[in-house]
Amino acid sequence: MIIKPHRGQPLWIAFLLHRISGLGLAIFLPFHFYLLGLALEQTETMDGLLRWSDYPLVKFAEFGLVFLLAVHMFGGLRLLALEFLPWSNRQKTLAASAVAISFLLALGFLMRAV
Amino acid sequence: MAGFRLYLLQRITAMIMAPLVILHLGVMIFAIQGGLDSAEILSRTQGSFFWGTSYGLFVLAVSIHAAIGIRVVLFEWASFRGVLLNIISWLVFVVLITMGARAVYAVVA
Repeated sequence: MIIKPHRGQPLWIAFLLHRISGLGLAIFLPFHFYLLGLALEQTETMDGLLRWSDYPLVKFAEFGLVFLLAVHMFGGLRLLALEFLPWSNRQKTLAASAVAISFLLALGFLMRAV
Repeated sequence: MAGFRLYLLQRITAMIMAPLVILHLGVMIFAIQGGLDSAEILSRTQGSFFWGTSYGLFVLAVSIHAAIGIRVVLFEWASFRGVLLNIISWLVFVVLITMGARAVYAVVA
């Protein structure tokens, strides 16, 4: 019999979101660095790749990346506060706020991008 | 104790990066206006001591942070242990810091 009552709890979802956003960002980083490295001697290739961001689907993917970065940072700040500051009972509120603020920031980015 | 040192290093790099991520989010939201091209990026970054040191520090911190993070995920979710876990962690760090340093050099130098 397997009982995993913690799964599906809001703060377990926050843990999962932190882990998946971190993994996603780590996978994205080499591509990000590769593109910027092209500025050294292949600016035409770099501009060609940057023009991809004109596609709506790519803009949406960028929105996702901004959300991942923001939610990993705000979620991480909650974890740092949890570990290093006096205990607060508002963990679920803080986790939900991290998601909400990150979504708004990513939306702000998308509004500027389109 | 390696585990505790990695734990602390993960928190220290997180604290270093928090303000840098806020800065980066700000740059993204404000720089994107009108689309991005290499000339626009380079006009902002080339020869800039501020962007060079900020993003240099960011690359160093994120390379350590991502390597430790992936190490934890591989340990907990994929049961990686021992030498293999060490090799992969170092590999992630070396790849990220090499590519990241090159990227910073490319847009700042």
